[in-house]
Amino acid sequence: MPPCKPPVARTGPAARPPAGEPPGEPIVGTVMDLDGQHTPAQVIAGLRATSEGEDLVQLLNPEGQRVSHPQFDLEISPAQLQSLYRDMVLVRRADREAKALQRQGELGLWAPLLGQEAAQIGAGRAMAPQDMAFPSYREHGVAWCRGVDPTELLGIFRGVDQGSWDPISTGFQLYTIVIANQCLHATGYAMGQRLDGKIGDAEYGEATICFFGDGATSQGDVHEGFVWAAVYDAPVVFFCQNNQWAISAPVDRQTRVPLYHRARGYGFPGIRVDGNDVLATLAVTRWALQECRTGNGPVLIEACTYRMDAHTTSDDPTRYRLSEELEEWKLKDPLERVRVHLVREGMADSAFFEGVNAEADELALRLRNYCVSMPAPGPERIFSKVYAEPSPQLDAARDDFLAYHASFLHTSGAR
Amino acid sequence: MAATGAPQTITLAKGLNQGLRAALEADPKVIVMGEDVGRLGGVFRITEGLQKDFGDQRVFDTPLGESGIIGTAVGLAVRGYRPVCEIQFDGFVFPGLDQIVSQLAKMHYRSQGKLRMPVVVRVPHGGGIGAVEHHSESPESYFVHTPGLKVVACANPGDAYWMIQQAITCDDPVIFFEPKRRYWDKAELDLAVPPPLFSSRVLRTGRTATVVAYGPMVRTVLDAATVAEQNGQTLEVIDLRTLSPLDLAPVFDSVRRTGRLICVSEEPGEASLTAEVAARVSEECFYSLEAPVLRVTGYDTPYPPAKCEEHYLPDLDRVLDAVDRALEY
Repeated sequence: MPPCKPPVARTGPAARPPAGEPPGEPIVGTVMDLDGQHTPAQVIAGLRATSEGEDLVQLLNPEGQRVSHPQFDLEISPAQLQSLYRDMVLVRRADREAKALQRQGELGLWAPLLGQEAAQIGAGRAMAPQDMAFPSYREHGVAWCRGVDPTELLGIFRGVDQGSWDPISTGFQLYTIVIANQCLHATGYAMGQRLDGKIGDAEYGEATICFFGDGATSQGDVHEGFVWAAVYDAPVVFFCQNNQWAISAPVDRQTRVPLYHRARGYGFPGIRVDGNDVLATLAVTRWALQECRTGNGPVLIEACTYRMDAHTTSDDPTRYRLSEELEEWKLKDPLERVRVHLVREGMADSAFFEGVNAEADELALRLRNYCVSMPAPGPERIFSKVYAEPSPQLDAARDDFLAYHASFLHTSGAR
Repeated sequence: MAATGAPQTITLAKGLNQGLRAALEADPKVIVMGEDVGRLGGVFRITEGLQKDFGDQRVFDTPLGESGIIGTAVGLAVRGYRPVCEIQFDGFVFPGLDQIVSQLAKMHYRSQGKLRMPVVVRVPHGGGIGAVEHHSESPESYFVHTPGLKVVACANPGDAYWMIQQAITCDDPVIFFEPKRRYWDKAELDLAVPPPLFSSRVLRTGRTATVVAYGPMVRTVLDAATVAEQNGQTLEVIDLRTLSPLDLAPVFDSVRRTGRLICVSEEPGEASLTAEVAARVSEECFYSLEAPVLRVTGYDTPYPPAKCEEHYLPDLDRVLDAVDRALEY
């Protein structure tokens, strides 16, 4: 399947203009109005929901060249660009180390991030401190941006906890494994932001961002999340990482129309961004969050990217997709284009890259050391915090179990 | 708000309404949400007048989708609200079951206490109103089987008034069953201090047998006890009130005295709450039992067309028949 192409010609407004700019064309909407303005081939391409032929916001192309965009241009300093590059290198390295830890038996499972670094760092760095993120289970890059250390992600995959970080103080909720459930939580949370009167101020206003994938868009909870968010004007950005595959199902098994077109049916803007372009993702997400913050939510973003690794470490993508496709996407690598740009523009020297690589090595080592020394929880953990209020019945069951368990310890050690 | 002073006779529906009103007054974080709960006041008028008095930011209609209702309530709870969700009928709770089982019930455990889910899901349940399909079911055991939830069932106006307030102040998610065919039952509202939410209650003492029920079957069992007394049998009637956690100490105590137990519920009996009570009683009261624990329940069929429901639902005669069978041992 061909990858996201850079935009060739814009045939209509992609979304609302950013706040402060005069309104232009109608708000909702995207490019492909099925009104006869398009060639049959374009329509069919759209109906196939593939990533080709559609209007994609891009600010840095795969060759590492800046591309201008009339609505989403971004002023960025060399230091900021270096920082984004560093983020992506570090989360990729943490991801690769976690995969290795799984292969060596230290983790039961890992859900690789590889290839989605730009989408997640761009979106994560667009968030304000007061914003709230509701992730799926692959948002390791967003976690990084919210100050959740990569070590804190390991417990879920090592089987020692089900999410260890503080979901409130970090502004990053716990991973949600049931596909799309979090879209309703994000919407409800955003409804609460509105009820609390936190919407309207461009600087201090709050917004919510919800992460999900192309597969999730087939779930009813995405539909209901879109409906609820629309009717309550909830300040929520629905950030769909279209990584082209839901385990073995390609995106055209989920939809006939490009996913970002769906927003139109719910009455809010949908916009497609090159999810392998950290600058475009940053600019578009920042705009979308600002729309929500100032009371113009919700917004749907489809970040067009690619899951370069398996669905999880239990998956084998060679059974369902061709290696040529991966090779094509390697040419669109989210890190490489930034590296090339930094070098070509003289924004970073070799000392910078060596420094980032050394930092990545340190992070990987720290992650590994932390992982292998994580203690398994004791058996009493089974009964811990099932309820907020006291539960004498459960306490009694726990005590019975612990007494039974202890009866073995005298003879045969564990068990 | 119930007036202090002269005792007030109210319906169960009004008890719920006044309880909700008291909860809304007591805590600004309490919000009431669901299909048609606003301007209409709910299809059973349980929320009547609440939107008018508390505004549409605190009592609001939702789009028509049960997963959406529960899922957004989870998000609102993360934000610090105490949502009270109305599910319009028992048979419509299932689109929300995923959010209830996968998220509402597990969030506190998953986060190890960092996130609390003080959400109440109100569900009118049970049959006997001549309704079409999906409007007469008794789905309580699905929820009882789900760790992380608390499940209660009110049976009379006083409990309706108090239990809904107690459920709303509970920091755990509570599935709150309302006996829809008893909505119009009347009783004097007792404004004295209520019993704890998670406690069962002996409603009538007796020596012949113990009969346990909850929700809509409580009145049926009390009626049966009245008739039994005319036949010289005294039935000890216990209203479970809390279905999860179960409060069975009063049941054990009773069975140790009577030696016989009848469990009554509208649910299909297989793998149900009554089966759980029977199992626990057999574990705790084995040497006291004079007869096997007998169950009087709905049958293991889908809920039948309404013209058959009087035969499907346990009634006074089936309860007395079970008592007679228990006495044959």
